[in-house]
Amino acid sequence: MSVWEKSSTVRVVPSARPRKLAKVPFVELADGRLQGVVSSGSDIGRVYVSSVEAGTYAFACSTNNNRPCGGARGMFCNHIRALVGEAVLQYGAERVARYLKVEVDAAEPDAQTLTDVMAATRPAAAGSSAAARVFSRFLRQLAYLELAPSTAPVPEMQWFPTTRAVA
Amino acid sequence: MRADLLSDAVDGLDEALAAVDGFDEALVAGLLRPQPGQTGGLTGLADAVAGTPLAARVAEAADRTAAGAAGEDHFVALAAARTALLGSVHDALTARVDEVTGRPRAEEATVAAANDNEHAANLYAAARSWLCDLVRAGWQGIDHELVGGAAPVVSAMLPDPALRRLATLLDGFAAELAASCPGVTLERVPVRRWADLWSRALLLTLPGAARASAVAEATGRLLPLGVDVQEHATAVQAQVHAVFEPADGGTPRLVRASVSAPKPDTVVGAGLWQLLRPHMSLLEAVSEGRAMDLDAMPVTAEGDLVWDDARARGGEPAEALATARVALPTAAAFAVAPLDRHPARIAVPVLLEGYGVEEGDDGIVFRVAGYRLAVDTGRVPAAGPLSPEVVAASGACVGLLRWDAGEFLLQPLAVERTVRKKTVAVHAGAWAGGTTDKAGIRAEKAATDAVGVLRERAGRLLRK
Repeated sequence: MSVWEKSSTVRVVPSARPRKLAKVPFVELADGRLQGVVSSGSDIGRVYVSSVEAGTYAFACSTNNNRPCGGARGMFCNHIRALVGEAVLQYGAERVARYLKVEVDAAEPDAQTLTDVMAATRPAAAGSSAAARVFSRFLRQLAYLELAPSTAPVPEMQWFPTTRAVA
Repeated sequence: MRADLLSDAVDGLDEALAAVDGFDEALVAGLLRPQPGQTGGLTGLADAVAGTPLAARVAEAADRTAAGAAGEDHFVALAAARTALLGSVHDALTARVDEVTGRPRAEEATVAAANDNEHAANLYAAARSWLCDLVRAGWQGIDHELVGGAAPVVSAMLPDPALRRLATLLDGFAAELAASCPGVTLERVPVRRWADLWSRALLLTLPGAARASAVAEATGRLLPLGVDVQEHATAVQAQVHAVFEPADGGTPRLVRASVSAPKPDTVVGAGLWQLLRPHMSLLEAVSEGRAMDLDAMPVTAEGDLVWDDARARGGEPAEALATARVALPTAAAFAVAPLDRHPARIAVPVLLEGYGVEEGDDGIVFRVAGYRLAVDTGRVPAAGPLSPEVVAASGACVGLLRWDAGEFLLQPLAVERTVRKKTVAVHAGAWAGGTTDKAGIRAEKAATDAVGVLRERAGRLLRK
């Protein structure tokens, strides 16, 4: 086995990079999709749940009340474009491209390039069946802020050292 | 410090680790229907504990597992055998570190009987069931549906402080597995790490495994050495390593004080300090370079202070490097709890001076008494002033001696360097309690804004 395989404390998932959360409070690479929550620009009580599937780039965008996004008819809406942009800030373009299986020639791809490459394949709209699940994952993370910190030792955290390297 | 001893072979270490590796490799393809290539790893593990009280149960578990007929109890027995083996590795390495530091040996703690109740038995059972499904599938067999099975268990466990340890572990483990799905396409597998996390989680599902040990009270002076930060996407813990001098003139002891919290994955860097700061005044004392006076602070049999701000007040200035020079050599360590005896748990405060520095492709190395000690600068928190460049320019370093993947490593906590003929100390945890550093203030502002947005969103969306 290699040193990496024999390490107990190697970081498998690097930390997220810090970014501004006002427009896109939640982004994740999960369930075979880039998915997240985008705050509405006009109504502070409304958010959009947006996603792009890895490989096919099938996309979906709807509000948290399950109304379809008007902009996502046949093409990426602005919410999805914002989602890709923030994902690139949080994870780095390379990791986002790898997860979504986007082939880019540029050595240093940016969010615009990724979005253009995906849009050029004329991806189909996906159903909004994932929206409820993504939204509940977002709420679950928000709920973490409400859990009380503790001063009882957690020895298990020895397996999760901090790392200066980010995604 | 006799660093030359670090390079000497440890008797039996390779054999014990070979048995661990054999078992770990069997988990990659899963234990649902083990192939002939996997059974060697199972019997190797059983053979390695043949001379222990676990012998009969592990031998039976290995047999049944090899036949593809293992139940939960059999997997628990295998996890216990693996944990015991790594416990012996921990003990051998710790004995070596004791020789290196010349520190007085810790007496064995007598641990109080388990307070065994049926607390949350159904949640433990659910976690155990998920872990057993996981090991049947193997790391190459994981998919989103299987990994997603951990989420409801974690959500139900997190609010209960008694279940926080297992919940935090499962949450971090499941997130890693989810990021690695589907398993069939994995190019490489963190073989030892995932076997570690799996076996530890499985043992924590047993009644009484995660109980707090007997608690005493500590009254006296606490001299901080530095802060170690641990984090995964949705949890953070800061541990202050310190020397405790009892007011009654007893032996000084090496202790830790911890504070931890669940968090959203976008709370990072300085945001971690902001989350923890309000719950442990010691973090501020660390930033200010002060000791603290403790009055009847609870302390476990492993030397963990269970911090309570009401039992501590700010003391005299105390520089970590001075503490390391004066108080550290005579401080005795506490014994480690049986379940925590694992090489990953080794974190021994040491002071190094008069070393040579080598900078290469694989990072910084300190040359001490002919031994090349790798410096793990990656473990220094990002929200702090201690950069790899500062470490490389240092002349004295207080750090944690650790061991991973077959070698000893040094995690820097604080260093001393000479700038214009003046000695300056730089601490990894300097920003723990707040900072006036320009870059630090920017990081704090960004983190405050991020949490502000999340709290606003939570207030608006959560209770609808």
